[in-house]
Amino acid sequence: MQPFSGLALLRRGLSGQRGWTTQWRSPPPKAAYDALIVGGGGHGLGAAYYLASEHHLTNIAVLEKGWIGGGNTGRNTTIIRSNYLFDESAALYDHAVRLWERLSQVLNYNVMFSQRGVMMLAHTVHDAQVFKRHVHANRVNGVDNEWLTPEQAKAFCPLLNTGNIRYPVLGAALQRRGGTARHDAVAWGYARAADALGVDIIENCEVTGIRRNASGAVEGVETTRGTIRAPRIGVAAAGHTSVIMKMAGIELPLESYPLQALVSEPVKPVFPCVVMSNTIHAYISQSDKGELVIGAGTDAYTSYTQRGGLHITSHALEAICELFPMFRRLRMLRNWGGIVDVTPDRSPIIARTPVPGLYVNCGWGTGGFKATPGSAHVFAWTIARDEPHPLNAPFTLERFRDGQLIDEAAAAAVAH
Amino acid sequence: MLLIDCPYCGERPELEFVYGGQAHVARPAQPAQVSAQQWADYLYRRDNTRGVHAERWRHTHGCGRFFNALRDTTTDHFRATYKVGEPPPSAAAPVPR
Repeated sequence: MQPFSGLALLRRGLSGQRGWTTQWRSPPPKAAYDALIVGGGGHGLGAAYYLASEHHLTNIAVLEKGWIGGGNTGRNTTIIRSNYLFDESAALYDHAVRLWERLSQVLNYNVMFSQRGVMMLAHTVHDAQVFKRHVHANRVNGVDNEWLTPEQAKAFCPLLNTGNIRYPVLGAALQRRGGTARHDAVAWGYARAADALGVDIIENCEVTGIRRNASGAVEGVETTRGTIRAPRIGVAAAGHTSVIMKMAGIELPLESYPLQALVSEPVKPVFPCVVMSNTIHAYISQSDKGELVIGAGTDAYTSYTQRGGLHITSHALEAICELFPMFRRLRMLRNWGGIVDVTPDRSPIIARTPVPGLYVNCGWGTGGFKATPGSAHVFAWTIARDEPHPLNAPFTLERFRDGQLIDEAAAAAVAH
Repeated sequence: MLLIDCPYCGERPELEFVYGGQAHVARPAQPAQVSAQQWADYLYRRDNTRGVHAERWRHTHGCGRFFNALRDTTTDHFRATYKVGEPPPSAAAPVPR
């Protein structure tokens, strides 16, 4: 791997930027590996990286249907926070935030992690009560979160309209350690670092079947690039998890929905933080390129189309224009959709499955990006040791049978 | 926005409807008799089909009635809509894109 540094940048700059090598190889798939990861998004690539770096499993491959960074990793609104209500969730998401804080150094790749603060607005008495409950629960769990008055919220984000507004801002919950990162850099950084440790990253390779031996355990996959054998398979396929897992006869408590986002034309730095409003449903931040990155909601119905209804995005924009009237004259440049896999309790599943050798990391719903390093880290542990890491032990498939839900869906009207 | 053919009212915009999830999920007749896994399957497990999906819709801002639909989840085209109690039309012709 060609290490990145200020000196390397200077040296290449003086020689016309020639001599940069590709970030990762494109090897043809081998006939067999020690483990396979299905899905080359952040969670899958990260799992491969941690398998290689922490568990010394280097004869492994990541199979990606499209190209690296082309799925939900490159489609989300890049928000990172860990202010979840329940102990299990707070521990898992805060594990991710702590990994985020060192990720650029660990990967030698600038993921542009910026802890600019995530402010969640309360517009009703119920919002205010729920958010204060979150603030207290988070602080007990060692997760920073604080309650702001409307004046303090306005001071933290001066563009915020707290006056003439249909749903007045009654206060806000602020997680200062929250923020954003550059999403596709996360995928590229993990891919490059995993590749340097010997992991094969195989793009344009769609899994079409899962092979199992006489005892029922997995023995490999059928792909559009031939059969690949492996005794351990980890599936991190986001919205298409149901499709992949059915190949092994496993049906999951998942439904796949389109989730949309959009960006404005780029403008100079105007927006200092991340603002989320669950009640009138919008969230917004500004990328380093200057585009305002705006998240909308999911469509009402399940779909695999990677596009959603226009009324969903226009609803989000109405909320943005109400909260930030100065953005009313901005034009939107692009909008797109991604397919997210939603569980009944809005918490993920990171677990072994009833099929020996088959592991699944799914159900991140509308909020998987923030968890990428933590999710990948505990998923790698689960695959390597055939047992869950203490942090993902509660996030089993069996919790739905046993009534052990981690019900973030009911915890608040929180965008996940 | 989808245009949905309510079997009672005809074609109306999606905003008049509420999605009701997968159709033909039968509640166990004797909940006390089924295993925890069977009950969890009834509550939570869904086909999440990539392809033609049988699903419920309710014409909330119209006649107020539930009905079923076959929709291709790879294109969002409706193949057919039909009334509750009717079997799904088997030979629903594909809609040209």
